[in-house]
Amino acid sequence: MANVRTFELPHFPQYPVHVALFKNVTNVAYLRSQLLEANAAFDYAFLDASMILSPTHLLSATQHALHHYQTSRLKARTPHSELVFRLHPNNNIGESYRKFGISDSTTVLIAVKLQLPHEDGDGDGGGDGGGDGGGDGGGDAGVTRESVSRHLGENVEGESVEIGEDGEGLGRFCDLAAVRKVYKLDGGGGDGGKGKGKGKKGAVNGGANGTVDEVDERKEVEAVVLGMMTIKGS
Amino acid sequence: MAPSVDTPDPPPPPTLTRTPHTLPAPFTNSSLSVLTQGAEALVYRTTFLTPNTPCVLKYRPPKPYRHPTLDKRLTKARLLAEARVLVRVRKEGIKVPAVLGGDWENGWLVLEWVGGSTVRRVLDGWVESVQRRLADAEGGREQVEQPDLEAQVGGEEEILDLMRRIGRAVGKLHGIGVVHGDLTTSNLMLRPTPKANVAEKTGQLLDGDIVLIDFGLASQTTTQQQDEDRAVDLYVLERAFAATHPSAEPLFQEVLKEYGESYNGAKKVLKRLADVRLRGRKRSMLG
Repeated sequence: MANVRTFELPHFPQYPVHVALFKNVTNVAYLRSQLLEANAAFDYAFLDASMILSPTHLLSATQHALHHYQTSRLKARTPHSELVFRLHPNNNIGESYRKFGISDSTTVLIAVKLQLPHEDGDGDGGGDGGGDGGGDGGGDAGVTRESVSRHLGENVEGESVEIGEDGEGLGRFCDLAAVRKVYKLDGGGGDGGKGKGKGKKGAVNGGANGTVDEVDERKEVEAVVLGMMTIKGS
Repeated sequence: MAPSVDTPDPPPPPTLTRTPHTLPAPFTNSSLSVLTQGAEALVYRTTFLTPNTPCVLKYRPPKPYRHPTLDKRLTKARLLAEARVLVRVRKEGIKVPAVLGGDWENGWLVLEWVGGSTVRRVLDGWVESVQRRLADAEGGREQVEQPDLEAQVGGEEEILDLMRRIGRAVGKLHGIGVVHGDLTTSNLMLRPTPKANVAEKTGQLLDGDIVLIDFGLASQTTTQQQDEDRAVDLYVLERAFAATHPSAEPLFQEVLKEYGESYNGAKKVLKRLADVRLRGRKRSMLG
């Protein structure tokens, strides 16, 4: 059994979001192959935890995916792949998977399972889920925190990490530099501005407050990233 | 004259029987109350992403008198322009609300909640407190004169510092080539810094960050038009100050002084402001 935290997004009470976090994962290659085979039992959004900045970052992508699903405007094939797609600032699904999805070198992993109402689940998964076997289809409709926890526990080889009530832990493995790079927050005026701000503070506060600056910096990056995800593609 | 206790009660506000708008998905089933309403948008308070993240929902309802296709296009273009400017400005490190979500097709935008109060309210409070202090001094001149003077000087420096922060914020914005388009004291928020929670005696605290809000009319200009637009931004803000109270108007000089130092080209804008003052916000179309 894996630790699973279930979120309920404001305005989306009918779509519980199950999230699990793993470290020291050793079988990403297997998980990835299941994704590529479109095995309906592995209909998750598997993300590289090093690319997730914060709980809000993840929930924002989830919200976009659910909203586009709810309004029947998915750009990707399933709500789960839409989630991966929504993380990337550009309009390229393959690129989104390369940056935010799991690769063979991934060791920290976030698995997201969207619990979709029954009839909608049938509509979207009809092609793969139904075709792959009745058992899977049934499992899909009856997604619960329990079932997700069991399935991930059985299939992910790694250490399950508990996620706090407000998602604490989801940004723990973040590679801030890599995230900055994907959202192009490295060069340009933006970074100059921030760099200046940081320099000033650093000069005043000295090294002791380094962690405070880091928190501030993350908050700033997060604010811009959420905006970029929102205006993406338009 | 500021309204005082002896003025007769104003007539009760007319009860508006406005048909409540049906909000688009995903807000359809959430009962939200309107915070404020502009010419184009309704503003609600709600939560987003987590139940304890307050946010602002800006919804542009369809205008029934416009052709639906045109209506959609205008709504989309305006919302998207607002969101783009906000993201760009935030990226530059200027304090504006973050864009948390949105849907242009359906006319909504979700923005970060900015705490604190508008500069307009802060100024009103300040004017009031100055008047009260003057009145007190008038009453018991002998006893309170000395301490009162001191207090006033202290208050003065605080308010001037606030003016300088405003000047810097506007200067930074203009410095990156963005014009606000509706720069009033109501669109400037004073957000208390989390650490400075030591609000003690005065009751009104003038510390905090200036956060610019409502970029619904903002534009990113790159041409010669820019100086004119920037000057008009300043002019509109100046009028807003004058409208608060005559005694607030001199304060605006401090805003301009700081603005003039804030970026290359600010001085040119101040010169242009003099022209704008002579003719008003609108430009003559006669050539």
